[in-house]
Amino acid sequence: MPTKHLLKIEDLHHSFGSNQVLKGVSFSLNKGETKVIVGPSGTGKSTILNNIIRLVPPDQGKIYLEDTEITATKKINEVRQQIGFVFQDFGLFNHLTALGNIMVGLTKVKKMTKQAAAELALNELDRVGLKEFSDSYPSQLSGGQKQRVGIARALAMQPKLILFDEPTSSLDPELTGEVLKVMRNLAEDGMTMLVVTHEMGFARSVADELIFMEGGHIIEQGDPEQLFTEPVHQRTREFLFQLTDLYGEGGA
Amino acid sequence: MGQIFSQYYPLFLHGLGVTIFVTIISCFSGTVLGTLLALGKIYGNKFTSRLVTIFIAIIRGTPLLVQLFIIYYGLPGYGIRLDPILAAIISFIINSGAYQAEYLRGSIQSISANQLKAALSIGMTRWQGIIHIILPQALRRVIPAWTNEFIYMIKYSSLAYVIGARELMTEGKLLASRNYQFFNVYLVIAVIYLLVIVIFVYLFRQLEKKVTIP
Repeated sequence: MPTKHLLKIEDLHHSFGSNQVLKGVSFSLNKGETKVIVGPSGTGKSTILNNIIRLVPPDQGKIYLEDTEITATKKINEVRQQIGFVFQDFGLFNHLTALGNIMVGLTKVKKMTKQAAAELALNELDRVGLKEFSDSYPSQLSGGQKQRVGIARALAMQPKLILFDEPTSSLDPELTGEVLKVMRNLAEDGMTMLVVTHEMGFARSVADELIFMEGGHIIEQGDPEQLFTEPVHQRTREFLFQLTDLYGEGGA
Repeated sequence: MGQIFSQYYPLFLHGLGVTIFVTIISCFSGTVLGTLLALGKIYGNKFTSRLVTIFIAIIRGTPLLVQLFIIYYGLPGYGIRLDPILAAIISFIINSGAYQAEYLRGSIQSISANQLKAALSIGMTRWQGIIHIILPQALRRVIPAWTNEFIYMIKYSSLAYVIGARELMTEGKLLASRNYQFFNVYLVIAVIYLLVIVIFVYLFRQLEKKVTIP
C-alpha cells in the first residue's frame, strides 16, 4: 500500500539459482533518513539495492518509491532517475572526463542543454571537492576520487534518495576517509541514503538506523548506539564487534 | 618500371581510384553491418543471437570468391543483374561485416558490464547505454583490428578483376595483355598497393592516437 514513506520494501525474496539470498525482507525509509545495512557476505545486502532499481528484478515482494510501485512500473527509467546508485567499483564511464561522466546523464536522459549540464556538473564536482579535476579521465584519478565522481554523478540527477553499495570496499584504507566525509556531509544536508557498508564508525555516527542482516533475514534493526551497546540478539553483538575489530571505528 | 607508370598512369590511377572507392565503401559499410551483427549477437534475444552466429559461420566458412560468384553470376538466374563494381561491393560488405562483427564482439565484451549497469542506474535505456557508453569505447578498441581488415580489403578487392570490375588489378591485366610487359606492369601494381597500404596504415595509426583515452 502506498504510504508516507519515501521508500518502502515489503517481503522481498530473491534467489540466484538454487541459492535463496533474500527470504522475506521488509523495511522502509523516510525522507532525510540514513539507514545502514550490515551483515556477513552473501547475505543479500547488495541484492536488495539491485532489486530496488530493478537492475536485478526481485523474485517476489513489493517496493515503493512514494506512490510508485517500482516492482510493477512500466517506466523503470523514470524511477531510476530519482534514485541515485553508487557502485562498489565506481562504474565510471572510462571514455569520459569527470565532468563528462556527470554531464552524460543530464544531456542524454534529462535532455538538458550542454551548457546547463556543464554548469550543474561542475557544481556537483565542487560539492565533492573535485572541481579542479573536471577534465581528468577516470584512469587519471585515485580510487577515492573516482568514487567521489560517482557520488557527484548520482547527485547531479537530483535524486530523492541514494543507494550506496559498499562504496569504500574497493578502496585502500587511506582513501576511505575522503569518501565517507562526502557521505557524512550529504547525510547532514538531509539527503536520504541507504548504505551497505562495513564501516562501523560511519554506521555508528551517521546512521539513523542500523539494519543487521544474516542468512537472508533482518536479524535486528534500530538505533545504532543501541545495537552496539545492548543488542537484543547475541549474534548482532558478535558480528558488530568482529567488524569493529577488523575495520576499526575509522572513517570521517 | 617508372617508364611504364609514366606512360600509362591514367590507367593505373583510374584503377587505383576504383580500388580505393570499393575498399572504403566496403569497409565502412562493413563496420555498420558488423556493429549491428555484434549487437544482435550480444544483446539480442536467443533467436537473433543464433541467427547472427549462423550467418557469421556461413560467411567466414566459405571463400570470398565463391560469395562473389554467387552474387555476380548466381543472382541473374533470379532476375537480379548487378554491375560488376556493385556486385563486388555487396559481397565485400557482407564478407567484411561478418569478420568485423567478431572483432567488435570481442571489443564490446572487453568493456566492463558494470558501465552498462551504471548507465541504466542513471535512467538511460539499454539502447542509450550501448550507444553513448559501450560503443564509443568498443569502437576505439577495435581500431587496430579494423586497420588490419582495411589492409585485407584493399588487397582482396583485387579479386573483383575476375568479374571484370575495372579496379587496379583489372587495369593492369588488360594493359599487360596488350604490351606483354607482364613483369613490369605487375611490379608497378604491386608497388602501388604497397604505397597505398603504407599511407593508410599511417593514417589509421594517427586516428588511433588521436582518439585514445588516457
